[in-house]
Amino acid sequence: MLRIVNTIFRTGTLSEEIAPLSDDEFEALGFEVKSALDKRFDGSLAIRSVDSGSCNGCELEVNALANPFYDLARFGVHMVASPRHADALLVTGVVSRHMQSALLRAVESTPKPKIIIAAGECACNGGEFGVSYASCGAVQNVLDVDVSIPGCPPTPTDLLRGILLAVSD
Amino acid sequence: MDKAPITDHTNSAATNVVTQNDASDNWIDALKNQIGSGRITEQPDSDKLACIHWKVAANSWEIVAKEAHALNARWAAGWADHQLDHSGEVVIDQFSLFVLFVIRGRYVLVETQLENTQDDSLPEIASHSAFYPGASRCERHTSDMFGICFNKLDKSIDSRRWTRHQAWKEDEYPLRHGFPLEGHPRHRTPADGEYPFERIDGISVYEIPVGPIHAGVIEPGHFRFSAAGEDIIQLEQHLAYVHKGIEKLAVGRDPAALARLAGRVSGDSTVAHGWAACQAMESAAEIEIPERASALRGLLCERERVANHLGDIGAICNDVGFAFAHIQFGRLRELWQRRSQQLFKHRFMMDNVIPGGVVHDISEENATLLNSEISALIEHVSQLANILEDNASLMDRLVTTGYLSEQTARRFGALGYVARASGMDDDVRLHKPYPPYQDNPLNCPLLEQGDVASRLKIRVQEVVASLQFQRKLLRNLPEGPISMAFEAPVNTHGLGILEGWRGEIVTYVRFDHEGKIARFYPRDPSWFNWPCLQQIVKNNIVPDFPVCNKSVNGSYSGVDL
Repeated sequence: MLRIVNTIFRTGTLSEEIAPLSDDEFEALGFEVKSALDKRFDGSLAIRSVDSGSCNGCELEVNALANPFYDLARFGVHMVASPRHADALLVTGVVSRHMQSALLRAVESTPKPKIIIAAGECACNGGEFGVSYASCGAVQNVLDVDVSIPGCPPTPTDLLRGILLAVSD
Repeated sequence: MDKAPITDHTNSAATNVVTQNDASDNWIDALKNQIGSGRITEQPDSDKLACIHWKVAANSWEIVAKEAHALNARWAAGWADHQLDHSGEVVIDQFSLFVLFVIRGRYVLVETQLENTQDDSLPEIASHSAFYPGASRCERHTSDMFGICFNKLDKSIDSRRWTRHQAWKEDEYPLRHGFPLEGHPRHRTPADGEYPFERIDGISVYEIPVGPIHAGVIEPGHFRFSAAGEDIIQLEQHLAYVHKGIEKLAVGRDPAALARLAGRVSGDSTVAHGWAACQAMESAAEIEIPERASALRGLLCERERVANHLGDIGAICNDVGFAFAHIQFGRLRELWQRRSQQLFKHRFMMDNVIPGGVVHDISEENATLLNSEISALIEHVSQLANILEDNASLMDRLVTTGYLSEQTARRFGALGYVARASGMDDDVRLHKPYPPYQDNPLNCPLLEQGDVASRLKIRVQEVVASLQFQRKLLRNLPEGPISMAFEAPVNTHGLGILEGWRGEIVTYVRFDHEGKIARFYPRDPSWFNWPCLQQIVKNNIVPDFPVCNKSVNGSYSGVDL
């Protein structure tokens, strides 16, 4: 037990600020967004993540948002287990035809008003997989998307910026 | 039913050594004798495939599996392709089947041509799944994609659909030459709600359906549990939800575009799958890439292994509520990924492996930097591993949980850390070393306990072994170019076989007369480790499923294709 406490103590707090962009405008927007989140969502945003045809790259980065460096929860954003508890759906991957119904059911199960975020190159524009007998391609081909986060995969910082954009309008 | 023996965990570590005069050296000759050499036509392209290549008649297909099984060979991969005429053109609706067997790095590829059918009925062939249950899903995939029947009349053979859901019609087979890439999809593809799961009837037996969308941030798939009380009686997986048509999408691509696609077969194995595809293309083209390129590929692949193991070690502990390890290993993984971003311009090193070599070189300065980081990481991981092993409440949850016997692991052809935690010492890096492993022997840990604790511990040991290997590699990086021009060969094929972080990957690539890709088949290790998970969870309690699942960590995308 002492070793655990000792290791925790030596590691210290790792959580860092979002990597600042070169322009101050973004930072100013960031603060605006934070206050928008406080106002519109009573301080917390619940996200349900749905992989509708990803290669698992995007999921790894969404998971990284919870690691001690990013610690998404400190901004009031948390991942929930059911779409019924969600304010926003974070959709990764193309929409495979085999996942089309499951995704649409998840969307139908999410209470209104809901935000649909397409995360990653595949979700934004079909990426390497595109439209085929097996894939509907981009999420927009299946349902209306509010915010797109490009990147293959988007980094945790890209994801956080996208989430902030989603609550700022 | 397999029962986990309770033995002392700390003393079960062993180290693998390759013995030169192994009996396995002669197994292929023995197989030939058993099958009957008159039935076998040796093929001259063994160099390109980096293994012996035989053709047999379709009516010998069953005896091949029977005799290979009798010799304890592993069924490593099986796939189909179109037959070709003398000018290399595809013969419509005529198919060849391939199967790869191996004992300790000695591979043999057996091919057969399916016989013509008289009417419109589907071609038929014997199934290998009676001898090799791990072959079942590969055959069902082939059946769904090509319309080939395996033992159609034998009710003991599982002939249910696997990759097929409801996105294409009963009489359509997407990998057939005439099937268009765009297919004939409906506006909304219905869910595959009528999939015929195996039912267990009985008083107090109930079913728990889970997925395709899971509670955590993981890939989609359906798990159907049959349980009585808290105990799992049976788990049945229904996957292919993220089927993206990868094999079909590959057709017509050039080598560079295939490497990009292969890098997205399974995002966590982007280096390994990219490398396997490039290895297959390079062996088809009969070129050897520069030494430095091989060394850097080895470095990238080992970095991928370390990143994934670090993440999984933490996640396994988190699944039994030990958040400390999740945070600590999550920290190490993040630092590791940030370094990858800095040196290789991508957190997962995606698209770093290209046909002919790699994209980014590493400076002497950075090699030194990595070396010092590696030494520090070995120290960190060892300290944390000691904390994990000394934590009685953690070990109480992991020891004997999710037991996989060596016998069952062999029966299903388990791979990677799943096999090596159950006493099965298969490792391509050790038994069929390819550059850079040829010049740098690897310490390959082996455990025999077969439980979740072993699969955790073997990963710790593999991280340390991999780091030591990387250190050796970085100290002796060969000079020279990091890539060479790659010219696509025509009318030929090649095989890539290597050890990704999940285990052995086998990739088959065929080029057409224009040097474009005509067939791409990547076989992820998860094809065999997923069925093992079904065995692993038997007699465990339902709440232990997540930790059992994480200890195996099969790829969904890698098998859904």
